[in-house]
Amino acid sequence: MNKLLQVTDLSKNYGSRIGCEGVAFDLYPGEVLGIVGESGSGKTTLLRCLSAQLEPSAGRIAYDMRTQGLTDIWSLSEPERRMLMRTDWGIVHQNARDGLRMEVSAGANVGERLMAVGARHYGNIRTEAEDWLTKVEIDTGRIDDLPATFSGGMQQRLQIARNLVTQPRLVFMDEPTSGLDVSVQARLLDLIRTLVNRLGIACVIVTHDLGVVRLLAHRLMVMRRGRVVEHGLTDQVLDDPQHPYTQLLVSSILPV
Amino acid sequence: MYVAVKGGERAIENSRRLLAEERRGDTSVPEVTLAQIDEQLSLAVDRVMTEGSLYDRELAALAVKQARGDLIEAIFLLRAYRTTLPRFGYAEPLDTVAMQVRRRISATYKDLPGGQVLGPTFDYTLRLLDFDLAAADNAPEAEAADAPLEGGMPRVTDILGHGGLIEPEEPRDEQEVGDLTRDPLRFPAERDVRLQSLARGDEGFLLSLGYSTQRGYGKNHPFAGEIRLGELAVEFVPEELGFPIEIGEITVTECQMVNQFQGSATEPAKFTRGYGLTFGHCERKAMAMALVDRSLRAEELGEQAKAPAQDQEFVLYHADNVEASGFTQHLKLPHYVDFQAELVMVRRMRETAANNAARNDDFEEAAD
Amino acid sequence: MSTAQGYNFAYLDEQTKRMIRRAILKAVAIPGYQVPFGSREMPLPYGWGTGGIQVTAAILGPDDTLKVIDQGADDTTNAVNIRSFFQKTAGMATTDRTREASIIQTRHRIPETPLVEGQIMVYQVPIPEPLRWLEPREGETRKMHGLAEYGVMQVKLYEDIAHYGHISTAYDYPVRVNGRYVMSPSPIPKFDNPKMDNSPALQLFGAGREKRIYAIPPYTRVESLDFEDHPFQIESWDQACAICGSADSYLDEIVTDDKGGRMFVCSDTDYCGERVAAGHTGEEQAA
Repeated sequence: MNKLLQVTDLSKNYGSRIGCEGVAFDLYPGEVLGIVGESGSGKTTLLRCLSAQLEPSAGRIAYDMRTQGLTDIWSLSEPERRMLMRTDWGIVHQNARDGLRMEVSAGANVGERLMAVGARHYGNIRTEAEDWLTKVEIDTGRIDDLPATFSGGMQQRLQIARNLVTQPRLVFMDEPTSGLDVSVQARLLDLIRTLVNRLGIACVIVTHDLGVVRLLAHRLMVMRRGRVVEHGLTDQVLDDPQHPYTQLLVSSILPV
Repeated sequence: MYVAVKGGERAIENSRRLLAEERRGDTSVPEVTLAQIDEQLSLAVDRVMTEGSLYDRELAALAVKQARGDLIEAIFLLRAYRTTLPRFGYAEPLDTVAMQVRRRISATYKDLPGGQVLGPTFDYTLRLLDFDLAAADNAPEAEAADAPLEGGMPRVTDILGHGGLIEPEEPRDEQEVGDLTRDPLRFPAERDVRLQSLARGDEGFLLSLGYSTQRGYGKNHPFAGEIRLGELAVEFVPEELGFPIEIGEITVTECQMVNQFQGSATEPAKFTRGYGLTFGHCERKAMAMALVDRSLRAEELGEQAKAPAQDQEFVLYHADNVEASGFTQHLKLPHYVDFQAELVMVRRMRETAANNAARNDDFEEAAD
Repeated sequence: MSTAQGYNFAYLDEQTKRMIRRAILKAVAIPGYQVPFGSREMPLPYGWGTGGIQVTAAILGPDDTLKVIDQGADDTTNAVNIRSFFQKTAGMATTDRTREASIIQTRHRIPETPLVEGQIMVYQVPIPEPLRWLEPREGETRKMHGLAEYGVMQVKLYEDIAHYGHISTAYDYPVRVNGRYVMSPSPIPKFDNPKMDNSPALQLFGAGREKRIYAIPPYTRVESLDFEDHPFQIESWDQACAICGSADSYLDEIVTDDKGGRMFVCSDTDYCGERVAAGHTGEEQAA
């Protein structure tokens, strides 16, 4: 199988401060990679670099473009990169307000990507939006309501629908469940797992919650002070952590 | 029979005449002279020159008279005149150290070379209406000092500069200074263009924005490093001569705010500046300008830029009162056509809503 | 040439006119693209047609015949004011007749009488940026134009249909020029949009306060944005013009009393007058 994403020697500095350093990994289609670490460990910086929201200071991020194979995303022109970001990629933000257009309806939020790539049939756009609302378990009767009238969990599900409508092959998620009640979290995780499995989407999920990665991620990267300290299959890392930091993380957060 | 309204031309002419008559007011009261406006309403003249971007006391006084004391209208008149003037070139930069100082105060040092010079200021007056002024024969006199002030008073920011405590202010030789009256504003705007825009900007707008930074909307810890007022020679290099000649003397107010800067990963903490300069004596404006200049530097200094006064596009696009006044008042122009289009649309929406309601009623009845 | 004392022909100095002409040429070369220009302070307030006036001043010659309309009429205050400004500073001929004019400066309307080759329309533009209501930042909107990212414009139209059942923009209805740039047609009613498409006349747009010039060259495709299943539609009235009986012109609503009495007459006074002169009558005339 072809690699979907190939990251080599990726670093990002803020002046003399290190955001992340020397990160390297491959991601295959349909694979879910979890990135864990405490706040300040560089995991969000890494995600922002990977998803082309932040230009790295060094290193290479190559993505398997549909037409030209593995390509350094920073060698693409800005229009090409922006097109990639809103078609073949998805980005689910921690705060739904950063990922949704709060002043337009749920339907318009889901339809926006379709319209951005040229859809011009109102009826079809609406049907597709309804279809996606159903998939993320939002009542289609709410299609014309503003996201502000939705609960936190619904807003996150709407954000997911808005991203998946163009059938991306790679989705980045930044703490998708934090800030939600425990019961709402469980339902959202379940939904993400189902969708990702069914659609075969590859995912990079950043979280401080080991429970989230245990449920979703095939593989796990543990970050500390901008560096990857441990990397392996999720169960392996969580059940038999090698690095002292991972051991601490696992013992302090995962009550048995 | 209905006839479309005609006669706009005559109505406009009549309106202009009526305006002229109202401007003059009761003819039994003597007409105000330009010299009187210049001498006795001198701060109005100063403001009109500053925001009108033209140093000419007589024309500014005329604009104030023609505008019936409406200063924004007077600024507009002066700007519209200025734009028709031929350009010979740009004057040499002013060196405010060479200023014949009439007022110079610092809030950062108790005493400093040259001393604190209060000069003419409202600052220490009790704001009590002075009924003696109502009479028309006032001739107050102030005592003259024994000797003139020494020239070449150093700027407070230069004193700070000797210790390396404040950022240096270096001209950028490689790039010509921008000119908003020739080229449109483009973003991100460099500091030269920002300062020009602020100097032309509305005093009230800048005052409120500067005030907002003091109240916490983009705080930048300002100290009034120095405010100075006085006269300066303007020099110009004619192409055919190749050396500078003095072409006149102008009065300016300069304000340098000194602001704390916390430092970053690459730079140690130091003081930074906000700069304000106006024609004549416009102290409030110069201070507000300096506050806003500094807050617009947030991004360049790596500070969080979230407050309105830190937002270049917001500040610079809305600071000009000639633009703002024109666009606000253009709402007086006829909009019949657009309003008709809205009428048609609103009626259609109401019809749709009424039809939907009727249909729902039918539906409910059928369901019963 | 009879011109006002102390001012150049058509007010602006020749150097400024050349600068504006260069901007116009660039605008014509890139249809629908907003060219920044060094807009000058004019003796009329910003928002009152300073952009249109500067464009007209830059292209006006002594042999031109100028028509100025506001709301479709030659006799509205703003039109009178601008026309007299050019009479005073340029002294060229003026007309009320659309057919006779070589340059037509307008605010909010396109004449009903079809334009012909060689004529130039000059539009006064208050807000040139069609994306402004969706994105207030100039830096971002310029990027969106540069990359032709217009999805958000469609989102707005989608919202209209979702909430009202149809697109609710009634004037300043956005268009796509030559299949590339999305452009504000200035606040003309959408009724006038189709007249821009493939027009034999050159159309120039000037925004003084916002310092932008843009253009539609003759015979250029101009499409109003819409959806396949909700196509662009123009206003229609149940009535015909009460004066000339025209059933296909844009109508002004005239309030005739304070009890809800109304009548409808052509907004384009020249067109209406021409029809009456040719013997057409409306209800009002017949009664």
